[in-house]
Amino acid sequence: MNGRAVRLGLGLVTLALMLAALYMVFVYVPTEADQGIVQRIFYFHVPCAWVAFASFALVAIAGVFYLWLGQQVWDDLGYAAAESGMVFCTLVLVTGSIWAKPIWGAWWTWDSRLTTTLILWLLYGGYLMLRAMAGDSEQGARFGAVVGIVAAIDVPIVIVSVRLWRTIHPAVLVTRQGGHGLEDPRMVATLLVSLAAFTALFIWILCLRFVTLRMRTRLGALARSLALAEAAAQD
Amino acid sequence: MDNLSYLFAAYAIIFAVIFGYVLFIWRRQAALEAELRAMEARMRALDESAGAAKAAASRAGS
Repeated sequence: MNGRAVRLGLGLVTLALMLAALYMVFVYVPTEADQGIVQRIFYFHVPCAWVAFASFALVAIAGVFYLWLGQQVWDDLGYAAAESGMVFCTLVLVTGSIWAKPIWGAWWTWDSRLTTTLILWLLYGGYLMLRAMAGDSEQGARFGAVVGIVAAIDVPIVIVSVRLWRTIHPAVLVTRQGGHGLEDPRMVATLLVSLAAFTALFIWILCLRFVTLRMRTRLGALARSLALAEAAAQD
Repeated sequence: MDNLSYLFAAYAIIFAVIFGYVLFIWRRQAALEAELRAMEARMRALDESAGAAKAAASRAGS
């Protein structure tokens, strides 16, 4: 089976899971008693956060392997993960803000969870800016790997921020008293299907972006050998 | 803005951003594929002309 067929299959699985998740979010799951219909943002907000955290962990892992082995493939994987992670981290901030407005009465508050997530977003924004400025240089890839590893330290801080500091952000998945805060088993099922859909979406997007970056790397190598061959032909 | 509008806005933004990003990757991939094909064609043409020049030189030598 070739890569294109695998990506197509992955895309179809993602589509099926996403349709199932949408059905569950808008039809199957009961409306939460306190917050009402707007609480349904939760079922896509949390998976976006999960995918963003997974991406940034992958950036750090790829960074370690790049610094250790020096192979371009790890740099391409790290860059693809950082870019995808940035998209999902942006969605976490935006959907969180939209959810906050009707519930807290404000689009934004300098709460510990929100602030550490914004710092995470800024760190990976910095990573992408650094890579854009450094171009395809080896030094840029090395600096990027270091930034990716250091920035990943913020991921566990975001996760435990609701326990470490006083916050108004709800701790739904693992409450401060222990256990989860979802009152109905259908809510748990909906969240699990949404998590599966976003995980599949992330893997699919990561594959697409990774293939594009591998192609760019191959193109760069081909351009260099073509320039050498053309210079030799002129001599 | 009622709560339904907030819910709609959140989901619309999620799908718009994801769709936009996938579209960006596809377009980038198509552009790179075209560039790669053009470069491979130039490489083949260069190999062929080098081969022809070598053959002509060996004919002239013999």
